[in-house]
Amino acid sequence: MGEAIVITSGKGGVGKTTTSANLGTALALQGKKVCLVDTDIGLRNLDVVLGLENRIIYDLVDVLEGRCKVHQALVKDKRFDDLLYLLPAAQTSDKTAVSPEQMKELVNGLKQDYDYVIIDCPAGIERGYKNAVAGANKAIVVTTPEVSAVRDADRIIGLLEKEEHVEPPKLIINRIRNQMMKNGDMLDVDEIAAHLSIDLIGIVADDDEVIKASNHGEPIALNPNSKASISYRNIARRILGESIPLQSLEDEQQSVFSKIKKFFGVK
Amino acid sequence: MNNKFQNVTIKGTKDGLTLHLDDRCAYEDLKKEIDYKLSESSKSRDNHLIRVKVQVGNRYLSQDQEEELKDLIRQKKNLAVDSVVSNVITRDEAEKLKEEEQIVPVTRIVRSGQVLQVPGDLLLVGDVNPGGTVIAGGNIFVMGSLKGIAHAGFNGNREAIVAASVMKPSQIRISDCITRAPDQYSDEEKREMECAYIDENNQIHVDRLQVLMHLRPNITRMEGGY
Repeated sequence: MGEAIVITSGKGGVGKTTTSANLGTALALQGKKVCLVDTDIGLRNLDVVLGLENRIIYDLVDVLEGRCKVHQALVKDKRFDDLLYLLPAAQTSDKTAVSPEQMKELVNGLKQDYDYVIIDCPAGIERGYKNAVAGANKAIVVTTPEVSAVRDADRIIGLLEKEEHVEPPKLIINRIRNQMMKNGDMLDVDEIAAHLSIDLIGIVADDDEVIKASNHGEPIALNPNSKASISYRNIARRILGESIPLQSLEDEQQSVFSKIKKFFGVK
Repeated sequence: MNNKFQNVTIKGTKDGLTLHLDDRCAYEDLKKEIDYKLSESSKSRDNHLIRVKVQVGNRYLSQDQEEELKDLIRQKKNLAVDSVVSNVITRDEAEKLKEEEQIVPVTRIVRSGQVLQVPGDLLLVGDVNPGGTVIAGGNIFVMGSLKGIAHAGFNGNREAIVAASVMKPSQIRISDCITRAPDQYSDEEKREMECAYIDENNQIHVDRLQVLMHLRPNITRMEGGY
């Protein structure tokens, strides 16, 4: 029996979908069988980030309304050998087309066949959130080092703590800009972790490559050289139970420095 | 027949009259006798207003009955009811009183959007995050950092205080007074071990914890010892 992890944040635009896509990819790279579920009905885009948009035939609502079987709606990611699947959200319905009970049943079914079911939650705390959380037994809260995002994360953590079937949530701090954090223009990682007082499972630096990769429909986790990719892979390994220290944000600084050195060295 | 009229005893003190009502007779008899005795005595008085204290002993009066007795006495021209004193209260009232006196310890983090309310004093072992609210009928003691809203004495207790290990609230309310935080807490400001109370100008004042022992000595509940 696998685990169902919901990726949520409260606030929109902090990187829930990117995180879902990359954690799914990173877990598949570790040889786990993963199913990604997009619950953002009406505003789906996990398929776009994964580059699977043109293969969708059936969607989540089709499955729940009995128009097809689950396995017919699942889209296989060809880059992995039978390890990564996506259950896309419907684009034509809205969030009320699905009830939390239905989602619970669906996710419980998927948990039988997959090691990890990763549920991408829509922004907000209404029906869409309730649907996404209903089937989950673990939760990851994504936030960015902004006051508004941290505030919403706090709210979401409060709601998640009330869900008895969900283990205490873990935290990912996304889009960290080292320079701003150093200058004190951005909330500190330690400050955020202390404020929210839940376990930090990973930090991800702000990286232009992430956006580039998403636009090409290739999760950044596939690129072994990017810093963000290493972050996602580390988070995946932490989910698997390995204990890996947080990367130091200083690396970036050094790498820039070494690049300059290399540049001069070459010259 | 004589015994029948011993249910109400009137005593004069320098503050006015005290009516001692027997607590074993029927309520209706009591009413009749008050009516009879007072109409007798009130005739002889001038227009000077007399304050009356009513002692009902071990009799429990409902709200309606109390009002009825008060009305009855007030109708006698120059009598004004000061207070009605009873030795007994209902179980509900006692429980409510006990609740309001109690310190409720809670260990959790009050997060954004959450409200924690207690009837008595609140001892919170944890934080109040921005956007979270704690409300108490009495005092609020926060052993972590207070960054949200704290409302002490929400029933109108102006003596209530708010104390916190880290005092960076967005708002403090005590009874009907409200104060808000400065627009920005600077990082250097520690704001540790502080308390808030209503001062003599009816303003909420924030000060070191140590001033409390002079301002609100009644917070101390310890008996005996040193």
